[in-house]
Amino acid sequence: MSKRIEVENLNVFYGKFLAVEGVTLTIEPRTVTAFIGPSGCGKSTLLRTLNRMHEVIPGARVDGRVAIDGKNLYDLDVDPVLVRRQVGMVFQRPNPFPTMSIRDNVLAGAKLNNNRMSRSDADDLVEKSLKGANLWNEVKDRLEKPGSGLSGGQQQRLCIARAIAVSPDVLLMDEPCSALDPISTLAIEDLIHELKQEFTIVIVTHNMQQASRVSDRTAFFNIAGTGMPGRLIEVDDTTTIFERPTEKSTEDYISGRFG
Amino acid sequence: MTITREEVKIQGRTLPRRFTWITLGASFGASCAVFLGLALARVTPDFNVAGAVVVGAILYVILVGVISRLVEGRRKSVDRVMAGVISAAFLIALIPLISLVATTAADGINRLDMQFFSASMRNVVGAGGGGLHAIIGTLLVTAAASIISVPIGIMTAIYLVEYGKGRLAKSITFLIDVMTGIPSIVAGLFAFALFAIVFGPGIRFGFGGAVALSLLMIPVVVRSTEEMLKLVPNELREASLALGVPKWLTIVKVVVPTAIAGIITGVMISIARIIGETAPLLIIAGLSTSMNYDIFHDRMTTLPVFVYTQYTIQGADAQAYIDRAWTGALVLIIIVLLLNLIARILSRVLAPKGSR
Repeated sequence: MSKRIEVENLNVFYGKFLAVEGVTLTIEPRTVTAFIGPSGCGKSTLLRTLNRMHEVIPGARVDGRVAIDGKNLYDLDVDPVLVRRQVGMVFQRPNPFPTMSIRDNVLAGAKLNNNRMSRSDADDLVEKSLKGANLWNEVKDRLEKPGSGLSGGQQQRLCIARAIAVSPDVLLMDEPCSALDPISTLAIEDLIHELKQEFTIVIVTHNMQQASRVSDRTAFFNIAGTGMPGRLIEVDDTTTIFERPTEKSTEDYISGRFG
Repeated sequence: MTITREEVKIQGRTLPRRFTWITLGASFGASCAVFLGLALARVTPDFNVAGAVVVGAILYVILVGVISRLVEGRRKSVDRVMAGVISAAFLIALIPLISLVATTAADGINRLDMQFFSASMRNVVGAGGGGLHAIIGTLLVTAAASIISVPIGIMTAIYLVEYGKGRLAKSITFLIDVMTGIPSIVAGLFAFALFAIVFGPGIRFGFGGAVALSLLMIPVVVRSTEEMLKLVPNELREASLALGVPKWLTIVKVVVPTAIAGIITGVMISIARIIGETAPLLIIAGLSTSMNYDIFHDRMTTLPVFVYTQYTIQGADAQAYIDRAWTGALVLIIIVLLLNLIARILSRVLAPKGSR
C-alpha cells in the first residue's frame, strides 16, 4: 500500500520567484516524516508538490524530479488527478464540504467522481474510514447530519477520514493541528501513529514537540532571508535531529534561539 | 515625580429614555400648530402636510442636537443628530415604495377579477376584456429569455472565476460591464435588426423579444453568479482536488452547489430586471390584442406593453382602459413577488445545511 517518495533537485517557482531550491530527499514507506522550519521557508510549498496540488495556484511550477516508487510525477504522461488519488492531503484548516452530510463527506472521493457503489459497500467504507480516523464512536448516530456541525477537531478527523477513504498510498498533512486545541491535537497525533501502519505520512508542523512525538524522520528547512528561496538544511532520524543535529542553524531553531 | 490620574468616570449625565419621543412629539406638534395657524389665517390655502412634516423633522434634529449637547456632551449629541438624519433618509426612501405599491393596489383592485385572467383584449372596445394574452406573453417571453440567459450567464461566470485568466478574462469582464449599461431600447433595436436580416423587415415575434431581453439579462446573471462563486472558499476546491476529483467535477459538484442559493437569488434579480421591460418589446415583439401561445410566430403582448397601450391609447370609455392598465401593473408586481417567493424557498431548500 505505502510507497517510497524520492525528491531530486527540486526547484519550485511561483512565477519568476524561486520559492524552494534544490531539495533532495527520500521518504521511506510506512514512516512519518515531519517538515519543520520557520514560516515562509517552503515546507507547505514542497508538500504540495508531492501530489501536484501546487498547480492549483496560478503561476506555480516545478523543475526536478519527484518519484513515487520510481515513477516521476512530472512526466508528461502523468495525470495529476490520478496522482492525487494516490497521494491524499489534509489541510491546515478543517474543510468538510458544507453541502454534504458526515456520511457523504467520507464518501466524497467516490461520490464526486461518480463512482457507483452498493449501499452496503458504502456503509462499510464509511465505518472503516471513520474508525480509522477515531471518529466513529462520536458520529455513528448522526451520520446524516451536516459535517459542518461538528467541532473543529472532529471536522479535522472527518477530513482525515475523507482522505483515507479513497485508500491513498501516501497522506500529506499540512499543519493539521494548528487550528485545534491540545486534546484534539492529541487525538490526531494518536491517529497518525496508527495510520503509519498503512500509509506513508508527511506532516508539516510548526510545533517541534509534535514533530518529535509523531515523526520517525525530520527535515529542517530554512531561508536565508525574505525573498530568498527556502532550502532543505538537513534531514535525518528525528532523534538525531533533536539531539545531535549536524547543522548549527538546526540546533538554533530547535532550541528556540531563532525563528 | 508622581503621576496623578484623573478619576475615571463611567457615569455621565444622560437624558431620559423618553427624551427622543417627547422631543419628536413636541417638534411635530409645534410645526403642525404653525402650519394650522397659517392655514386658518388664509396665508396658505389649506393645511400644508409636507411643509409640516419637513419643518417638524428639521426642528426635531436641531432641538435634539442642542439639548443633548448642553446636557450630555458632544459625542452623544452627534449620535442623536445622526440617528435622526439616518432615520429620515430611510423614511424618505420608503415613501415612494409604499406609495407606489399602495396606489397600484388601490387602483388595480378594480379590475382584479376573473375576467381579467380569462379574457384577452380581442374585439374589446370600452369596458370588459382582460389581460390574459399579456400575462401569457410576459411568462413566455421571460421564460424564453431566462432559458437563453441563465445557462450562458452561469457558464460565463464559471469561466471567469474558475478558468479565465489574463487579458481574455479581463476583456470579457469589461465587455460585460459595458453590456450592463446598454439602454434597453438599443437591445430591442439590436434584436430587430438581427431578425430583420434573417426574416425580412417588419418581423415581430415573441422570441425576438426574448433575445432582446436576454441581452439585458446575461450581464446581470454573470455579475451576480461571479460574485457568488468568488465567495466559495478556495479550501473546498482544494479539498475536492486533493481527493483526486477532476476540476470540472469539482466545479459541478462542490463549487456550484455551495453557491447555489446565491446564484438563484442573482437569477431572480435578473428576471425582475427584465420582466418589466417595455421599450425593446414594443419594437420587436409588437403588440397584439389576441391570445398568442407561440413565441415563434406573430406579435405578442407582454404586461408592461399592455399597461403602456391601455394607458396611452384610450378608447371611448377611458376609465375602463385606465383600470385595465392599473390591474396590469398590479398583476406584474404580483408575478415578480411570486417569483421572488419561489426563489427564496428554493434557495432555503438548497442552501448548505448545518451552518448553525
